[in-house]
Amino acid sequence: MDRIPILRMGDFLLVTIQVDMHDQLAMTLQDDLSTRINETSAKGVLIDISALDIVDSFIGRMIGMISGLSRIMDAETVVVGMQPAVAITLVELGLTLQGVSTALNVERGMQLLRERVQNQ
Amino acid sequence: MSILKQATIDAIKQNESALLTAWIAGLEQEGSLSDNRITRDEVSAQAKDFLRLLVAASAVGDAADLSRGEWAESRQFLELLSRSRAQRGLDSQHTARFIFSLKRPLFDQLQTTYAGDPKALSNEVWAVSELLDLLGMHTIRAFQKSREEVIMRQQEELLELSTPVVKLWDGVLALPMIGTLDSQRTQVVMESLLQRIVETGSDIAIIDITGVPTVDTLVAQHLLKTVTAIRLMGADCIISGIRPQIAQTIVHLGLDLGGIVTKANLADALALALKRSGLTVTRAE
Repeated sequence: MDRIPILRMGDFLLVTIQVDMHDQLAMTLQDDLSTRINETSAKGVLIDISALDIVDSFIGRMIGMISGLSRIMDAETVVVGMQPAVAITLVELGLTLQGVSTALNVERGMQLLRERVQNQ
Repeated sequence: MSILKQATIDAIKQNESALLTAWIAGLEQEGSLSDNRITRDEVSAQAKDFLRLLVAASAVGDAADLSRGEWAESRQFLELLSRSRAQRGLDSQHTARFIFSLKRPLFDQLQTTYAGDPKALSNEVWAVSELLDLLGMHTIRAFQKSREEVIMRQQEELLELSTPVVKLWDGVLALPMIGTLDSQRTQVVMESLLQRIVETGSDIAIIDITGVPTVDTLVAQHLLKTVTAIRLMGADCIISGIRPQIAQTIVHLGLDLGGIVTKANLADALALALKRSGLTVTRAE
């Protein structure tokens, strides 16, 4: 079964979604990520969805849940690189992802994470 | 079912040039040829082609049913003719006249052909009249369709024109909105703005609504959607150009613009954007 790789970079975990998400994949990612945060006691999680072209309400909700879950485990989460079409779709679906931090690209996302962690 | 009599078709065929001359003369008398948007030669050529198609199709086809295959060529010809006239800005009357002015020469011809048989004459006049009416109606319909296409295209162009995204500073985009906001426009605006944010990697987008005449609940909802989409992409949004009347309307309607940074004018918004980017503007001494 395919999985989404979770890479460790210092205090942060890097999740790059390169394939179209289906429901099972999203559930696996949620499990894997929570385990990894626990193992590595990461301070921040960066989720790069720049390659994601299609989202549905379930995936949108999963993104929100993953970020909420990370926050509870004391890891700041930033979602980066959302495509315009995806943003419009989420808004039309009524998913505003309140409480999820966003950034334009990975570089800005990392910068934001570092600032957040330093301020803690 | 009404097929034209062979005698009628033969008569048209034999007197083709005379009919054409009379037809063109009729058009000229009505003033259709004095328009500088269409030349006399062009009209003559069209008339000639149409008469040939008419003879060919009515020899085999049912004159009361234009949807049949035999009339396909004639229909196509008329559609092309209407389209070219619509694009040149000629009116529907002008286009319809082209067909209807064929009636008189044709009736005159029928009168000579069936001089000794009043019953056949009236039958044939009716059949020809019906056929020409149908053809004329088809022309008008095609004309209207082409006109609608022209209008639609212009509307789309206008939509694109009215939503320019401008770069105010490195990392600061502005969108001066002018005119009423409806869902279709909001969609176009949202798409072009989000696309530009990705292209330029801008952190801050300013939507200036000075040119929006009224803000109602729907417009506010559209604005909220745009702002949320921008935030999801990872950029910030400032709304500027809230005029006093609009501010009053928003408050009276009880609209919640909470979570959106609003500024009275574009200058204030730019100042805030620069401040957030860590830039300061000072006078050079």
